[in-house]
Amino acid sequence: MALQTLSRLMCGALAAAALVSVAPMASANDDDVWPALRSELFGNRPIVEQSTLFTVDAPYRADDAAIVPITVKLPASAGDVRKLTLVVEKNPAPMAASFTFGAAAATGERVIQTRLRFDMYSNLRAVVELADGSLHMTTRFVKAAGGCSAPALKDADEALALIGKSHIKDVAALDSGAGGSTAARIGQVMVRHPNYSGMQMNQLTGLYIPAKFVTAMTVQRGADTVFDLEAGISLSEDPNIRFTYLAAGGASLSVTTTDSDGRVFKAATPPAGS
Amino acid sequence: MGKSPPDDRHNDRLRASYKPSQSPSRSAGSLPGRRDVVLGATAAVGALLVRPSPAFITSAHAAVPMVLQTEEVAPGVFVARGVHAVMSGDNGGHIANLAFVVGRERVAVIDTGGSFKVGMALLEAIRTRTSLPVGVVINTHMHPDHVLGNAAFEGSPSAGSKSAAPGSTGPAVEFIAHQKMARGLSARADRYLEHNGAAIGAGFEGTRVVLPTRTVDTAAEVDLGGRTLLLQAHATAHTDNDLTIRDLETNTLFAGDLLFSGHIPTIDGSLRGWLKVLDQLVKQPVARVVPGHGPASMTWPDAVEPQRRYFEMLTNNIRGLIKQGRSLEDALYAAARDNLVGWELSQEYHKRNVAVAFAELEWE
Repeated sequence: MALQTLSRLMCGALAAAALVSVAPMASANDDDVWPALRSELFGNRPIVEQSTLFTVDAPYRADDAAIVPITVKLPASAGDVRKLTLVVEKNPAPMAASFTFGAAAATGERVIQTRLRFDMYSNLRAVVELADGSLHMTTRFVKAAGGCSAPALKDADEALALIGKSHIKDVAALDSGAGGSTAARIGQVMVRHPNYSGMQMNQLTGLYIPAKFVTAMTVQRGADTVFDLEAGISLSEDPNIRFTYLAAGGASLSVTTTDSDGRVFKAATPPAGS
Repeated sequence: MGKSPPDDRHNDRLRASYKPSQSPSRSAGSLPGRRDVVLGATAAVGALLVRPSPAFITSAHAAVPMVLQTEEVAPGVFVARGVHAVMSGDNGGHIANLAFVVGRERVAVIDTGGSFKVGMALLEAIRTRTSLPVGVVINTHMHPDHVLGNAAFEGSPSAGSKSAAPGSTGPAVEFIAHQKMARGLSARADRYLEHNGAAIGAGFEGTRVVLPTRTVDTAAEVDLGGRTLLLQAHATAHTDNDLTIRDLETNTLFAGDLLFSGHIPTIDGSLRGWLKVLDQLVKQPVARVVPGHGPASMTWPDAVEPQRRYFEMLTNNIRGLIKQGRSLEDALYAAARDNLVGWELSQEYHKRNVAVAFAELEWE
């Protein structure tokens, strides 16, 4: 719920002012939105900044603001990672994705790759929560603009016609060099969805195209969860996530996706031996 | 092909709501409305999208006149070549090839440039070649460098002036485009005006979006009086609203941005779709082609070969990476090694093409 609230609060200057008023710790500097965001998302829990526990790859200058590739690598040495949250600080709805890892997530090195929208030049904040409850953050600055309000859709008819079409697949073994878990593999999930941000205006009608986006996703190996994802409009059109998981016999991978209209989409890899 | 009935009263009301003289008085400190003048739902086609000019229009730069050189590539077919660059104050938004075809009774304009000023300069160039009125303005697709000069041609064709004189008589200039163009341009209009206004600066004064008044679903003919243009709407390729024009008298094909030469192609639709459309276009036995970016005129179909080779390189490289289970990041990294000899602006657009193509091809 907090995330939904945050989305609404961050839409428009007046709402932003309201957010600041309930967050007395916010900086006087208008550009520094992080203190208010941090307070909304993590309360007053301490966060280790400039963490060296894990790495985040993001292009300094993105080629397409609507498809900015992000890679988070959580080495085995990071410990027991429970949660990974990605925040595009200057976006209208900054909380892009929050992954909660389950029993089938890889135990050694863990990798998450996805694609985000950037509405303007912004910090990307990646915050990891360990089993002991501690929070660790890495920040990257990305130069990209126009990803939220500009329609990324290359073919508007196709985007709606194919909505919900989903694929999940095993891609390859994770090549993490010596010491990596031998059972760790890379999987990928792809969902056709326009992920309308609610900020794209149809000037033929003068109306904003209603928000319609992926809100949640669960990826499982057999009956075990690889991750649960809570998502916002900062996730790119056609959400696409590569993840590491622990292979177990012939257990298949499956994905269940929910969007803001309450629609549910499912896909699975074929059972072993088929 | 559908032609929307003109609703003059409604359009007049819309025009009346646009008061250019008010724009400069807009206070720099006032909050710019995101939507500016919002049109009613009934304004669907033929509406004006009005955006007040930015407050910097008093700069001397705005006063520098722009002169477009045109080349007669075939009898009655004139092309003003755009430079291969991103929009800037230096080029004023004239970065795409613009053309006009002179019939016996009227003139057809094909694309109008990246600003009102370019559109006005094109109108001046037409006046040096013919005194016939501009009867139709055809946009090959929604992109700003092709459509943002439209407003220069609005109003009475015989006056050829920038704005409709109240009570003017005679038919209005028709603005023709692909059936999906208005939707695509409308959804992007705010961004186009904002970004290109920032890039061009003072020379962007007066620029606004003018949507089509007549649309093409599959094919249509335009009569210029003793001279016929054949319009063809295409499936998603460069964009989802590409339209090509063929002048039957000289057998000249205006390919719009379905053909780039020298300037690296930019994909805003579908790579696979574009290749399919090219397969159809090369079968058209035309004498010459006018690309959207490149020389004023080229021979057909060999003009398309470098572009086709670029697309095949993209397709093969990216399919190979996807087959190996590689990621978008890997593809962007690998793109640095691609052979881009002969393509201008590859720094600006190649990696974006790779990202767009990857996102498309991974669904195969």
